[in-house]
Amino acid sequence: MFEYAPAPESRDVVDLKPSYGLFIDGEFVDGEDREADGAKIRTSVNPATEEVLAEVTWAGPADVDRAVRAARRAYDEVWGPMSGRNRAKYLFRIARIIQERSRELAVLESLDNGKPIRESRDVDLPLVAAHFFYYAGWADKLSHAGFGPDPRPLGVAGQVIPWNFPLLMLAWKVAPALAAGNTVVLKPAETTPLTALLFAQICQQADLPPGVVNIVTGDGETGRAVVEHPGVDKVAFTGSTEVGRQIARAVAGTRKRLTLELGGKAANIVFEDAPLDQAVEGIVNGIFFNQGHVCCAGSRLLVQESVYDEVLDALKRRVARLRVGDPLDKNTDIGAINSATQLARIRELADAGVAEGAEPWSPPCDLPDRGFWFAPTIFTGVSQSHRIAREEIFGPVLSVLTFRTPAEAVEKANNTPYGLSAGIWTEKGSRILWLADRLRAGVVWANTFNRFDPTSPFGGYKESGYGREGGRHGLEAYLDV
Amino acid sequence: MLAGMTATPVSAQSDLTEVGRSEATLRRFLHGLPGVDQVGAEQRAAMLATRSIKTTAKAWAIDLAIRMVDLTTLEGADTPGKVRALTAKARRPDPTDPSCPAVAAVCVYPSMVPVAAEALRGSGIHLASVATAFPSGQAPLEVRLADTRAAVAAGADEIDMVLNRGAFLAGRYLEVFEEIVAVRAACGDAHLKVILETGELVTYDNVRRASWLAMLAGADFIKTSTGKVPVAATLPVTLVMLEAVRDFRAATGRQVGVKPAGGIRTAKDAIRYLVVVNETAGEDWLHPDRFRFGASSLLNDLLMQRNRLRTGVYSGPDYVTLD
Amino acid sequence: MSERVAVRKTYKLFIGGRFPRSESGRSYPVQNTNVALASRKDVRDAVVAARAAFAGWSGATAYNRGQVLYRVAEMLEGRRDQFVGLGVPAAEVDEAIDRWVWYAGWSDKIAQVYGNANPVAGPYFNLSAPEPTGVVGVLAPAEPALLGLVSVVAPVIVSGNTVVVLVAETAPLPAVTLAEVLATSDLPGGVVNLLTGRPSETAPWLAGHMDVNALDLTGVTDPAFAAELERVAAGNLKRVLRPAAEPVDWYADPGLGRMTAFLETKTVWHPKGV
Repeated sequence: MFEYAPAPESRDVVDLKPSYGLFIDGEFVDGEDREADGAKIRTSVNPATEEVLAEVTWAGPADVDRAVRAARRAYDEVWGPMSGRNRAKYLFRIARIIQERSRELAVLESLDNGKPIRESRDVDLPLVAAHFFYYAGWADKLSHAGFGPDPRPLGVAGQVIPWNFPLLMLAWKVAPALAAGNTVVLKPAETTPLTALLFAQICQQADLPPGVVNIVTGDGETGRAVVEHPGVDKVAFTGSTEVGRQIARAVAGTRKRLTLELGGKAANIVFEDAPLDQAVEGIVNGIFFNQGHVCCAGSRLLVQESVYDEVLDALKRRVARLRVGDPLDKNTDIGAINSATQLARIRELADAGVAEGAEPWSPPCDLPDRGFWFAPTIFTGVSQSHRIAREEIFGPVLSVLTFRTPAEAVEKANNTPYGLSAGIWTEKGSRILWLADRLRAGVVWANTFNRFDPTSPFGGYKESGYGREGGRHGLEAYLDV
Repeated sequence: MLAGMTATPVSAQSDLTEVGRSEATLRRFLHGLPGVDQVGAEQRAAMLATRSIKTTAKAWAIDLAIRMVDLTTLEGADTPGKVRALTAKARRPDPTDPSCPAVAAVCVYPSMVPVAAEALRGSGIHLASVATAFPSGQAPLEVRLADTRAAVAAGADEIDMVLNRGAFLAGRYLEVFEEIVAVRAACGDAHLKVILETGELVTYDNVRRASWLAMLAGADFIKTSTGKVPVAATLPVTLVMLEAVRDFRAATGRQVGVKPAGGIRTAKDAIRYLVVVNETAGEDWLHPDRFRFGASSLLNDLLMQRNRLRTGVYSGPDYVTLD
Repeated sequence: MSERVAVRKTYKLFIGGRFPRSESGRSYPVQNTNVALASRKDVRDAVVAARAAFAGWSGATAYNRGQVLYRVAEMLEGRRDQFVGLGVPAAEVDEAIDRWVWYAGWSDKIAQVYGNANPVAGPYFNLSAPEPTGVVGVLAPAEPALLGLVSVVAPVIVSGNTVVVLVAETAPLPAVTLAEVLATSDLPGGVVNLLTGRPSETAPWLAGHMDVNALDLTGVTDPAFAAELERVAAGNLKRVLRPAAEPVDWYADPGLGRMTAFLETKTVWHPKGV
């Protein structure tokens, strides 16, 4: 038996403070008292152990107002008038510091979010740095970006981000906004504020002018205050479709621009001539990467009926090899579920799957006693009408359906209010392109899955949202064009 | 150790015997195997290479790797003296530590087999000989078979043959198949490794097909390389071969071994290979009867890493023998 | 106590990531310093080095090339005083550093601005993408000595080309110092090769070399010489960038021209069907 001994990444690299204030106008400040219960300090918890990591401040409406006014002043007096070449240099500095402090940020991300250190170290952090590098290079080239000779920024951007890729979602929001000349007020997710607060320190280290980036930690109420603040010119939100809908209603009739990146229920389509072993890797990566907490997760496997047995056997064999456990162990593949709330939701939907007649399978797993954990699960015998085929579970749960022809695959793949991503597995190039044309999804992965790059635009069709992040297209959301 | 042979459906087994009957059936079978996506395969291997194997796991892996080494010398300049020195090292890799295990085999040219056989007598270490006009294989079939028989007669209990790459790349699969069958027969009781020379096959699709072809023809082991061309063993190529042996056992019930050879120089490399074996074919292949390393300098790095774990300080070349 | 005697720098060629003297053994004096005088054989060796470096440099990711160019800017910033000491105005050094940063940011964007899908009238996927042309010969302008040199080198290499630069006869010292910056920036050897000396002597050899894919004549001030070089370059149909018709404002937005002049466009078709 080849037992991998524990290989823990050390926590010592992170200098975690016992408590954090809000980052407004270049400094960490205390929040003002909130009305409802007067208590403004909350804790952020390690979902793998339920241990308290630090205290954070939840911003109230007065705090948000302070932040927006600081962002406005910075925009009017400093960042707006600044040349693109100088904005670029600040962003390059931030990118460099992120690279230098990558390990620290990766460990903190795993502690706060629950994702395996291998993923935060090898996927999240490199992409975070790369996003800042990429957009730094646009700051002084906006006239060449295809939006006219002198595209102007929008002003103050209010940005609300989710808990699944906390620092990466921050990078996707902050980098293009700043490159285009806007200033930002960013609200991290309630359960994952810590890397954003470390990012604030990095802004200080880079001597970023005060007020250009403001971080207001808090809950949904804080987010609402940011979105609804009249001083915000541009709103960007990544999160659930339900909240996205509320935001769209809230900005209706105002002059605020809005981009949304919401949920998904992507189909991962495997044809009989797929490169089988790589397709199995792609299925596994598609739904179990980041514990399935991925908006573009391949949560529906559409497998061609003629190869159903072969694919399922290979898939189960592979899933049985997944290592579930301590996120800080370098050999862990699947970490903790982010919160008790999310775990409850996953369980509710998995129970619905069973109740509706689908058949669950999980490999044997030793789940820890403390913390929030869910074993990787595959449901077979799923049909389109089942809740687990229609609703986003946002967890390590795969629903398997079958199809016979390419046209049927397209029909089933598109038969959803969502439209974020899709996967196609076949060795036949023309089939890939034929399907890609017909799939109503903003990102199509062929013979791969969950690949991201700062140069590659990402975003959804239909109720998965509107607007694109990444690439030249990603500038559009932050320019007055 | 060779646990859990899966039950084989009879119909599946007889289907595969039919495969080698003609050029047409063999081609249809080999070209019908699933393709390998190069980028995906390389990414999977790269991800497995990030596994962190420390402390007890590392010690276990190092000792296993030593026991899997086919200690090799294949030079025109080989002499009895050189071969004797190598066999002494094979028996007792670390003169300062008797607890260090012996290697799996010694691998030499046919002309050196008698010397090696004498030197290894009573040790339990296997004696592998390359044969079939190694490394190019470019000689008439009768010559290649005579080469094989001579090595077996002189005392080799393992034969490493080379695949006929020219015929394979030209699509003459039946010719390649029948040659392997003939060499297998010439081996008698010796076990047969078929060297695919993956560096010359180039694509992973070819590696998959050549793996199946060799196994269908009776190979006991499939081996990546001769070590004599620029591109030798790599992690992704070995991954593809391990997938092939896994699938072959599922289809036929027969378990074939894998031997990466050439370019594996460090203990870190070797441990990565063991991880790939573990997470692809499974623990049934984590045994010297089913997995070998074709290497020469690897052994010394394994010994230095073993010493570091033992003593707590980094070792150096002065503390291992150069044979 | 006697005054300290300074250690004076030797100014050599920059070929294949190293600093060799000219194989001819010649040098020429500039500001009381001897600078290597490149020969046609140095040009030949530089082209070999540039060609050898092309596969690796063009095969690197755009992200990686951008990182390397940004590192050049970091190293150049660290040597501001050295360039000012050679007589380069401080404002020019600043602009040269910012010019590297500007080009560093283009590596992963030029394909988005200069490439595109084409909506052909048929069931085909059709994509046009830019690729580097190969080894580019560059005649650098004499002035501004540093900014001019940077402005003709960075746009060529950012997309993956490798270069052989003939430095203007009157401006070798900043060029060799720039070579030292490049040598400490993780730039693979052979991507940039700088030959000091007399372009009037070596340029015809570079222009006629059959393994050079393109030629930048920006630094040639004599129209007759430029015409002659262009004629010689036609031997293997090099892509030629002629000297600017009007005086160049080196401090203005460079635009895309110096990058696109050394890019090929590859268009790929693929049917779409089940």
